[in-house]
Amino acid sequence: MSSYLIKGARVLGGDPADLLIKDGRIAAVGESLSATGAEVVHATGLVALPGLVDLHTHLREPGREDAETVETGSRAAALGGFTAVHAMANTDPVADTAGVVEQVWRLGQEAGLVDVVPVGAVTVGLKGERLAELGAMADSAARVRVFSDDGICVSDPALMRRALEYVKALDGVVAQHAEEPRLTVGAQMHEGDRSAKLGLTGWPAAAEEAIIARDVLLAQHVGARLHICHVSTAGSVEILRWAKARGVDVTAEVTPHHLLLTDACAEGYDPVFKVNPPLRTDADVEAVRAGLADGTIDCVATDHAPHAVEDKECEWAQARPGMLGLEQALAIVQDTMVETGLLDWAGVADRMSVRPAAIGRLTGHGRPIAPGEPANLVLLDPTGRSVVDPAALASRSRNSPYAGRELPGRVVATFLRGVPTVLDGKAQR
Amino acid sequence: MKRHLLEAADLDLADATLVLDTAAQIEAALSGREVKKLPTLRGRTVVNLFYEDSTRTRISFELAAKRLSADVINFSAKGSSVSKGESLKDTALTLEAMGSDAIVIRHGASGAPHQLASWVRGSVVNAGDGTHEHPTQALLDAYTIRHRLGRLEGVRVAVVGDVLHSRVARSNVRLLHTLGAEVTLVAPPTLLPVGVGSWPAEVSYDLDAVLPKADVVMMLRVQAERMNASFFPSAREYSRRYGLDARRMAALGDDAIVMHPGPMNRGMEIAAEVADSVRSTIVEQVGNGVSVRMAVLYLLLGGAPA
Repeated sequence: MSSYLIKGARVLGGDPADLLIKDGRIAAVGESLSATGAEVVHATGLVALPGLVDLHTHLREPGREDAETVETGSRAAALGGFTAVHAMANTDPVADTAGVVEQVWRLGQEAGLVDVVPVGAVTVGLKGERLAELGAMADSAARVRVFSDDGICVSDPALMRRALEYVKALDGVVAQHAEEPRLTVGAQMHEGDRSAKLGLTGWPAAAEEAIIARDVLLAQHVGARLHICHVSTAGSVEILRWAKARGVDVTAEVTPHHLLLTDACAEGYDPVFKVNPPLRTDADVEAVRAGLADGTIDCVATDHAPHAVEDKECEWAQARPGMLGLEQALAIVQDTMVETGLLDWAGVADRMSVRPAAIGRLTGHGRPIAPGEPANLVLLDPTGRSVVDPAALASRSRNSPYAGRELPGRVVATFLRGVPTVLDGKAQR
Repeated sequence: MKRHLLEAADLDLADATLVLDTAAQIEAALSGREVKKLPTLRGRTVVNLFYEDSTRTRISFELAAKRLSADVINFSAKGSSVSKGESLKDTALTLEAMGSDAIVIRHGASGAPHQLASWVRGSVVNAGDGTHEHPTQALLDAYTIRHRLGRLEGVRVAVVGDVLHSRVARSNVRLLHTLGAEVTLVAPPTLLPVGVGSWPAEVSYDLDAVLPKADVVMMLRVQAERMNASFFPSAREYSRRYGLDARRMAALGDDAIVMHPGPMNRGMEIAAEVADSVRSTIVEQVGNGVSVRMAVLYLLLGGAPA
């Protein structure tokens, strides 16, 4: 195994230091390190962060390999600075058995670009009727700890309670897609001034908030761990703040797109901006940024959702919801959180690596950049800006909402257990 | 004028007035003629692309294009490649390749005309998209009001009924506001969109309070199916509270008129004796629709090279 000497990187944005990587681990951190035989990576001006961890990715395999595969999604993730991604369960077949989660896990191992950590479905076939074999998935080679019917809310309160209780024995967590289904029948976009004008059926903020309020109460009642996917409204942030103050064991994520974009994007009816939960208002964007800054929202998760061209180049109402996110996530966090002064780079490491790894119970990720730790690292150049070109993305799909947008920063290198998956901004396999 | 007519906001006061004036000129030019036809759009092709059944709007557009001597192709979603699963974009590109100069589109999805406009070079006219807009309906309504009352500035218009699902209401609120009229929306709160407060219109839940002050009462079609989704308890209760019957009509001022975009649910939102009264402009609206759509096609296509 090659060793690498990273020269002059600013660890968590601090003072420049050298990092020696050997045998998959960080061997030394210090000034003016030297090592014979080590490949030198010049990192002057670059920021070193622990490899990013995504709690929420759709890799589409098995079932929609025309939109994304574990391999193409893994490459997109590595290029975005990630070393671990959680693959959501809404594949075809659904990842609701040990067999499917092991298949996804094995495909991730074969791709070898990031650790692909399968999420298991909470209910059989995502139907919300009965629990999937959560224990079998937890005990499988995939070691599932996060369970989610993402895309669909576990709306039955009794079933949700049982799921929360049951996964306690597995050290697991239920990641809830908070959407009251009766309040969102046919919903197309955030319900407010713009939906009224555009004549698109509204998705009220209350439909998200009502489920979060219910589930934090359930989690407290049964003493279970709860995670809330893609928090999108100011009201949700308030409920989470209240719940955490009461000691509820709840964590939450926000997507890059909800940190940046608003329902104004729907004005041209371009379905690339259709997503679930929908893009909200300026006030909501401000609230989720503040929530991420003060830790009410624990982490950023991409909800990377690749879709084939024909599923987006159609009428808004018929288009599938979701947008790409892996390759631009860090740039958007820099844009919305770092350059606004809401988070420093240590804060970014916490929200994009340390905390998501802890929620997913990943022991080898989100670790300090210190001797003896696994060498999962990302080096980014925070200077410079570039314009997003969907055609240049590694994802198999092109549904990036950031097309033509100028964003800051660039991922220069990503190391997965000492092996560079990205060098000079290029995927290594 | 912009190249497309996708929503009422595409028309500023000057454009909207131009359309109404042009419609009046066309009507004058045709009146008394034996052959009701103008040679203006000879050699141009207008496609009626209808994804929803709408006999009256399609015929109105067809007649408008034919009276301008355009070639007209009717393309309805049923019995075409659409039912075999062709995408809107592929259909648009096919029609474009066949040399269409304008596409008149009716579609069940809000925003479909906007998307179409981004894919074709010709003009796109929105003939009703989902619950979004129906701008030529608003133009013919404005034309009818101006014709009956002699003005639009300061005219008080009550729009009554299912505003939430109505593309007619959205287009009328915007266009009538542009033309200087004052709009009051009247509906049960369940049939008003969240966000209606940002519209340039007053809102009332009380029809009886609004009627004495209205110069125009525009009744919207209310589908009885809405009561199954609890928008209101029953057709009878809706009719009692928001229907326009003879008793309520008596509360109107002497010159006030009653409009309806059709098709009507007689006995639901409008009583038969109201629909058939002298105040009613319902039949007139249909006739005016042809003139206004001729004006729109003429203004969108007339200036461009054949």
